[in-house]
Amino acid sequence: MSELVNVDVESDLSQAIVEIKDVTFSRGERTIYKNMSFCVPKGKITAIMGPSGIGKTTMLRLIGGQLKPDSGDILFEGQSIPSMSRKALYDIRTKMSMLFQSGALFTDMSVFDNIAFPLREHTQLSEELIRLVVLMKLQAVGLRGAKDLMPSELSGGMARRAALARSIALDPELIMYDEPFAGQDPISMGVLVKLIKSLNEVLGISSLIVTHDVNEVLSIADHVVIIAEQGVIGSGTPEQMQQHDSALVQQFLKGLSDGPVPFHYKAQNYQEELLSGSQQ
Amino acid sequence: MIDFFQSIGHNVLSRFASLGRATRMLLGALISVPDFRKGPGLLIRQLYMVGHQSLLIIMVSGLFIGMVLALQGYTVLVGYGAEDSLGPLVALSLLRELGPVVTALLFAGRAGSALTAEIGLMKATEQLSSLEMMAIDPLRRIISPRFWAGFISMPLLALIFSAVAIIGAHLVGVDWLGVDSGSFWSIMQSQVSFEKDILNGMIKSFVFALVVTWIALYKGYDCVPTSEGISKATTETVVHSSLAVLGFDFLLTAVMFSG
Amino acid sequence: MNTRKIEILVGLFVAFGVAAFAVLALKVANSGISGSGETYTLNAKFENIGSLKTRAPIKVGGVVVGRVDGISIHPQEFVPVVAMSIDADYECQFSDTTSVSILTSGVLGEQYLGISPVIASESAKQTCLGNEVTDTSSDLDDLFGVQSKALKDGDLVTDTKSALVLEELIGQFLFNQGSE
Repeated sequence: MSELVNVDVESDLSQAIVEIKDVTFSRGERTIYKNMSFCVPKGKITAIMGPSGIGKTTMLRLIGGQLKPDSGDILFEGQSIPSMSRKALYDIRTKMSMLFQSGALFTDMSVFDNIAFPLREHTQLSEELIRLVVLMKLQAVGLRGAKDLMPSELSGGMARRAALARSIALDPELIMYDEPFAGQDPISMGVLVKLIKSLNEVLGISSLIVTHDVNEVLSIADHVVIIAEQGVIGSGTPEQMQQHDSALVQQFLKGLSDGPVPFHYKAQNYQEELLSGSQQ
Repeated sequence: MIDFFQSIGHNVLSRFASLGRATRMLLGALISVPDFRKGPGLLIRQLYMVGHQSLLIIMVSGLFIGMVLALQGYTVLVGYGAEDSLGPLVALSLLRELGPVVTALLFAGRAGSALTAEIGLMKATEQLSSLEMMAIDPLRRIISPRFWAGFISMPLLALIFSAVAIIGAHLVGVDWLGVDSGSFWSIMQSQVSFEKDILNGMIKSFVFALVVTWIALYKGYDCVPTSEGISKATTETVVHSSLAVLGFDFLLTAVMFSG
Repeated sequence: MNTRKIEILVGLFVAFGVAAFAVLALKVANSGISGSGETYTLNAKFENIGSLKTRAPIKVGGVVVGRVDGISIHPQEFVPVVAMSIDADYECQFSDTTSVSILTSGVLGEQYLGISPVIASESAKQTCLGNEVTDTSSDLDDLFGVQSKALKDGDLVTDTKSALVLEELIGQFLFNQGSE
């Protein structure tokens, strides 16, 4: 674990469930990450934050093995994801799960069948046992009464809770949340914050949240990683981040309109353009 | 000028890349087929969606096409006093050409576009990614049963189409225009060969089924996951698979019936 | 939609397909000669085949016993040769004096081949089938001192009548009228 020392981290990282080491990833011509490293501690809530469009979701797909980095390594419980065979990758994916931004419930199945789906696929449990497990998971997210509804009949917040129930169906060790609070009203946001916190506390599941909702996530996160400009610009506990001396971190956390990330998109001089007439 | 050639080269390369991805998808779906613990249920569901749901449009179109063929054929044949040959005229044109081709075109419009839209939507709503993250191969789970359902359904639909159309032709030719029923059937029987006409027609149907289902699935699987991308992919499915069907029909006819 | 209903509807769909196949195979196609397998081939030279087509029926007294398999030109004599594929049950039944003619069904109907069979003698049949013939004394053919043979796969029928071509018929008719 000696290579982790150089990462600016105060939280207890003696046990990391995911380690990102020197990862470079580019899509077409565009470099998204350059030599990025950080790690996700076991049993804690880690938040990855950053401005829109810097590839936070891409990071989750890299960890899930759906994408491969150009260079560097990604370790899950000490095993290298990018160099894994297809079969090993499928095996290890049963230990992680991902809550997609849209929920990604299967639209042709009821809520009950959606949650039973991973159980039916990956276990040999009897239908009676599956019923019990599904009801327990639904109870945990407060949707036991909605088990016979179709996904199209659920509100956005309920769909995300149902998807959360599905992602904990197989009792994973790591849940990755992709923008769990995006587009939610304050009530369902509060419900989701509470759920994520309690899943972490009660079941001890490591959580990795990708978001740009600063206030919600700072209230529950144990460890924060802020990504911008193709790499990690700061990481630590929420308190440390509030005190962070990087102007970019401060602009992001406080939501200032102008700063290192300029308000204006790159353009020629305002005065010159106004006066240049229609020749251009 | 250089730009022009460059863009041609770029286009050609991306077509090849697209064909390669399509082949990889098909092979992925075919190689990983056998999951018989869940397989039959999935296949039956897709047979319902792809096959049974297309039954009505196929039967109605077949009936009308048979009736129109009989009407048109009769007006020409009666001029030569050869209206007894209406049976073989209708049966041969249906079994060799119209049955497989029209079924494939209707299938592309009805089931193919639906498959593309369904899979495109699954992609856009991250259901495919979510399957992958649940350690379930979407090729096996989503693509494979749909492919087999299409491959099995279309030849059955083409047979139904031809049979219904011949009944339609009988309705118009015999019951309305007064062709002798006995000679309608017997001359048809003497002219239609089981291997040459019916089996060759079915071979065509299987080829079209492969082409249409493959294009439909690939367009959905490879679409840009936005509403605009899905609608574009759906249109492309219908256009590309119709053109492919007509092109393959020419090739197959040249091989089968020119000798 | 529950699973059972879907299963029933899919079953219905498949049953429809199979039924359509059965209708097409039995009612629409000729399930007779061409489907039943074994055939043997005889060739016949004609002077003119008219509009005879491949797959035209071959009939004995109106009963279909085979189909025209192919039509080609004899490489030396430049006359059409018709390959006839005939039900294997009739192999070695016809004598080589059998004649084949091109006939027309109806005025404008299709052309077909008619076989006027001469039944092969018992000994010829046996020879043709490859059996040893021991007793030949009872054969009628011997009375004329001619040994007739039975037709087997690949044999050539020599006694043929060509198609009647309408123009030739009219020409003959006018010629006869003129000469009277």
